[in-house]
Amino acid sequence: MKIIVTVKQVPDTSGKVAVNPDGTLDRASMQTIINPDDMNAVEAALALKDELGCKVVAFTMGPPPAEGMLRELMAMGVDEGVLITAREFGGSDTYATSQIIAAGIDTYGVEEDDIILAGRQAIDGDTAQVGPQIAEKLHLPQVTYAGEIRKDGRTLTVKRMLEDGYMTVKVQTPCMITCIKELNQPRYMSVGGVFECYQKPLVTMTYETLKDHPLIDKSTIGLAGSPTNILTSFTPPQKGAGMMLEGDGKETTDHLAGILAAKHII
Amino acid sequence: MAANFNSADIGAFKNVWVFCEQRQGVMMPTTFELISEGRKLANELGVELCGILLGDNVDGIAPELGKYGADKVYVYNSPLLKDYTTDAYTKVITDAVEEIKPEILLFGASNIGRDLAPRCAARLHTGLCADCTHLDIDMPNYKGFLKEASTLPEDRIEKVGTVIINREPHAVDRDLKMTRPAFGGHLMASIICPRFRPAMATVRPGVMKKRECPKTAEIIHPAFELSAADIKTEVTEVVKAAKKLVDLIGADFIVSVGRGISKDVEKGIALAEELASELGGVVGSSRACVDAGWITADHQVGQTGKTVHPKVYVALGISGAIQHKAGMQESECIIAVNKNETAPIFEVADYGIVGDLFKVVPELTESIRAAKNAK
Repeated sequence: MKIIVTVKQVPDTSGKVAVNPDGTLDRASMQTIINPDDMNAVEAALALKDELGCKVVAFTMGPPPAEGMLRELMAMGVDEGVLITAREFGGSDTYATSQIIAAGIDTYGVEEDDIILAGRQAIDGDTAQVGPQIAEKLHLPQVTYAGEIRKDGRTLTVKRMLEDGYMTVKVQTPCMITCIKELNQPRYMSVGGVFECYQKPLVTMTYETLKDHPLIDKSTIGLAGSPTNILTSFTPPQKGAGMMLEGDGKETTDHLAGILAAKHII
Repeated sequence: MAANFNSADIGAFKNVWVFCEQRQGVMMPTTFELISEGRKLANELGVELCGILLGDNVDGIAPELGKYGADKVYVYNSPLLKDYTTDAYTKVITDAVEEIKPEILLFGASNIGRDLAPRCAARLHTGLCADCTHLDIDMPNYKGFLKEASTLPEDRIEKVGTVIINREPHAVDRDLKMTRPAFGGHLMASIICPRFRPAMATVRPGVMKKRECPKTAEIIHPAFELSAADIKTEVTEVVKAAKKLVDLIGADFIVSVGRGISKDVEKGIALAEELASELGGVVGSSRACVDAGWITADHQVGQTGKTVHPKVYVALGISGAIQHKAGMQESECIIAVNKNETAPIFEVADYGIVGDLFKVVPELTESIRAAKNAK
């Protein structure tokens, strides 16, 4: 049994975000982080490892520096990393991305009692599409928005969160589960882990590695293989400044209430 | 997959479809927003608008879709479709798409729509744009939208119209232009799916406006195949949250709290509740309060919470991170109270008061009560 976790290195959009004049993101000036929801998937994998002693393998697709992220995950306890990287894979939308990652996972091998975990969504695109699309390409069942995961033999019982409650879903391995932040509190790297992380195996899969896989074809990967295209990208305008009211006393709030009443807002 | 199905055969696809999400036999409110938006797109294309409704004995809720402009509703009833499962819903929908071939397929970006749509798109080999906040077909309308909603210079907007696809120019006149926020709302992007059909989108709940457009929808029951063996997951229970969740999307007045209540969380929320009840509204919050565990996630407004456009949005002690603004800046009137006069929330506020919310809010509640009584 093993657990595969898919992870993504993303620009940190919680701080200052720099935008180029042409409306694209100035990635060079931004910090990269491990996508937050993916950390919950990693933690869920490591918690299962603590309990069952299984192997945890982190998969990512991205430029070569993404190796640094895989090493960080190894320092947390991940056993092995797989970096899928190739110029041919650049410009992929979610469809093409899941095609490539599914090919990578399939090449690595998925066995009867394996679990694939992913974060719900990445903060750069917020699409939540790659997890389910990997599952579809691998013909595996999926459960998304996992707020709780319990394992009993090959059966996983997942609390799948909905906006107005939850449903309890049972699913057999092998399967794909996507994780939300309410699932757990990700652990930190350990000192021993930091020592060991560069000794752990890291596999690089390139276009050469995957090109003969049935899912990989020039017409299904990269920009040319992406069904969606960007027509325009732009920054929204700032709304014009409103009225700043003087003071913070009762006369100020009376003045405001008066304006609202005069405008029939209240 | 139907042997003759080819998602690249663009000319074979026609009509706009909306996935009509129901839970426990009750239509999700977003469905009506999507039907209204779908009606607009169908009119611009000169085609029909069809709903696709899956469930167990759900014929009774189909005619209501006509009220918002559906020409037809394809209804699929089966005990196997009673509770949502990815496998059953994906099979029935993709089989229907392969058979009837709609050119556009819209889903609500709910926790169910966002589970189902990507799976369908991957099976159909077509593109999907997530969490859209604006949809267009008509080019003049789209350019008008860009003029209002972007900082692009006008001459650049006028040039929008063709893209290079595999080294060939492609005119986007009849493509669905799907606009969505990216990078936490810092950027907006309009996405197209020029080479495959159907063009698929999930649409953010609460963003599109529900508009009545009375029609008598034709109810159709196509034959379909589905067996228990198609479904690899088992739903053992569906539990509604015990607490009544706050209806932010339907509220006319929202009073939201942020990190500024940290000094006395209970009192801060109580003051917000008092003001909200005076206005006849509900309490919202920023992500910080949810992450800190001060208030439940159903109150959260913003990029990862809900998008709202009430008549009045009062932001108390909210600094105004772009992720929060993305969820509330379309409100008709925004009032901000913050101790820090440089807080970004003031950039979008119609009325701003610099001060301590614990002092200002009771005064404001009192002033509003007096102003209402004086009417």
